[in-house]
Amino acid sequence: MTKVDLVVIGGGPAGMGAAVAAYDAGVRDILVLERDVRLGGILEQCIHNGFGLHRFNEQLTGPEYAWRFEKELHARNIAYRLNTMVLDITEDKVVTAMNSEEGVFQIQAGAVILAMGCRERPRGALNTPGARPAGIYTAGTAQRYINIMGYMPGKKVVILGSGDIGLIMARRMTWEGAEVKMVLELMPYSGGLTRNIVQCLQDNNIPLLLSHTIVDIHGKDRVTGVTIAEVDENRRPKMETAQEVECDTILLSVGLLPENELTKKANVPLDRLTNGAYVDQRRMTEIPGIFACGNVLHVHDLVDYVNEEADIAGQGAAQYLKDGAEDTAKITVKPGNGVRYTLPQRISAVEKTTVFFRVTDVHKAVKVNVKNDEGTVLLSRRRPRVAPGEMETVVLTEKILAENVGKTISVELEEV
Amino acid sequence: MEQREIICTTCPMGCHVTVTMEDGKILDVKGNTCPRGDAYARQEVTDPRRVITTTIGLTDGNVLPVKSDNAVSKNRIPEFMQKIHHVAVKPPVQIGDVLIPDIDGEGNNIVATQNATA
Ligand SMILES: Cc1cc2nc3c(=O)[nH]c(=O)nc-3n(C[C@H](O)[C@H](O)[C@H](O)COP(=O)(O)OP(=O)(O)OC[C@H]3O[C@@H](n4cnc5c(N)ncnc54)[C@H](O)[C@@H]3O)c2cc1C
Ligand code: SF4
Repeated sequence: MTKVDLVVIGGGPAGMGAAVAAYDAGVRDILVLERDVRLGGILEQCIHNGFGLHRFNEQLTGPEYAWRFEKELHARNIAYRLNTMVLDITEDKVVTAMNSEEGVFQIQAGAVILAMGCRERPRGALNTPGARPAGIYTAGTAQRYINIMGYMPGKKVVILGSGDIGLIMARRMTWEGAEVKMVLELMPYSGGLTRNIVQCLQDNNIPLLLSHTIVDIHGKDRVTGVTIAEVDENRRPKMETAQEVECDTILLSVGLLPENELTKKANVPLDRLTNGAYVDQRRMTEIPGIFACGNVLHVHDLVDYVNEEADIAGQGAAQYLKDGAEDTAKITVKPGNGVRYTLPQRISAVEKTTVFFRVTDVHKAVKVNVKNDEGTVLLSRRRPRVAPGEMETVVLTEKILAENVGKTISVELEEV
Repeated sequence: MEQREIICTTCPMGCHVTVTMEDGKILDVKGNTCPRGDAYARQEVTDPRRVITTTIGLTDGNVLPVKSDNAVSKNRIPEFMQKIHHVAVKPPVQIGDVLIPDIDGEGNNIVATQNATA
């Protein structure tokens, strides 16, 4: 069996970034496996700008951002294979993959970085009775049709879900000549960035109806319209508010799920809160030598954070290949009041660690408190505004960690 | 007197900034937390600008992502989209190549944001 020091699965920004970081930390024998015809991952279809503000201090489009990393890969002569689908990984880091030239082949990896990204929640998420006529797409599928295949999926559009991809597609389809009637959001707030609500919806006079959903879809072969209704606090439709809207296309932008089929095959334990692997501060999973980063680990809204995490995972894998993976400390990190998840979930050495977390609701003016299981407040930071759509961070210093070895640390919100 | 509410998109705070105007002149700007919000709101009420990102047709039948190299007049975007739709570019194309020079008469160009091989 072929041996490779580091196999990276997925050639999106996470995979490319991790490969580059591992190379810069001294690993030379690297192979990136990508199932698509090119590197770049989902960024290739995200043709709008706004990527890279943190990392490059520029507003790049998705393909431009991806190109920066592809050039880094080329500059280091890092090997990659396209049109290559990874089928299986074992706990012993045997990677099975397939492409049309080599057929099915196996590689014994010294370390593996999982960077398979995420996929959209399928349309099963739409809980409506009745037939399924043509004209219903996930927002990401519509994005791929328009931006890569050059094909417009419809003319009169209703979008369900106000996540960023749905908002971006509202503007994209309007600019391409479609009539986007409205964006419906089940929750009383939007999960999208304010910037996108303003520039995608307000700029184009597209109404955003909060606390609304689709209760019925009309049409036999093709969608002809939908019935929409307001929902109550328990998110149940108030049928007296029902009204019909004519449309030929429905886009669903109802959330992303990490793509962890392979992760499960390697018996890597998953966190039900993130839908990704449990990891330590180096982004190593519970299986020594298997790392994860990017959207496969938890869904990121900014690609800059994806690459920050890819750097950590790439360096972590390099360190593992050099020194192995002895834990020198054990600290558990947990979400507390008002926090949905934290990442990493575990800290295995006393070294400065940035904890990423997401809150459960929108708050103006809150305190983020970090406590240990004895109730001692270790750190307290004010935030003018937090929202579930925007990832937050707190930095745990070496001093804080050294004093809490063996304990559980929680991150929670306090109203002020 | 006229009041316009602008949501500042310069940072995630998303402050609601109220601009008071009379005969096209700005009398007052309120609600911004920092000076960047003042500048943003003034620009929005006088000359709103956006970067266009879209695709352009290639002569081989594929599409290629493009953008305007600077922010262009928001109100003229439909006109620019029309112009872009009426062009077909012959590959190869390199990222950054100017595909439509001076689309707005103000010197802003439409440039490629991806490579295309011949
Ligand atoms: C439809 C959609 C639109 C998005 N739009 C935006 C946006 O506008 N702005 C933004 O900041 N973020 C957006 N995101 C989030 C975006 O995914 C992240 O910012 C970033 O691209 C994630 O990088 P990644 O490398 O983790 O995943 P991806 O970019 O998804 O890359 C994963 C790669 O792994 C490959 N892969 C998966 N499984 C296998 C396998 N078994 N074998 C081989 N290769 C495999 C995939 O083909 C893909 O190339 C969007 C996400 C989606 C799904
Ligand atoms: S006014 Fe300042 S603080 Fe408020 S959104 Fe704009 S840049 Fe942010």
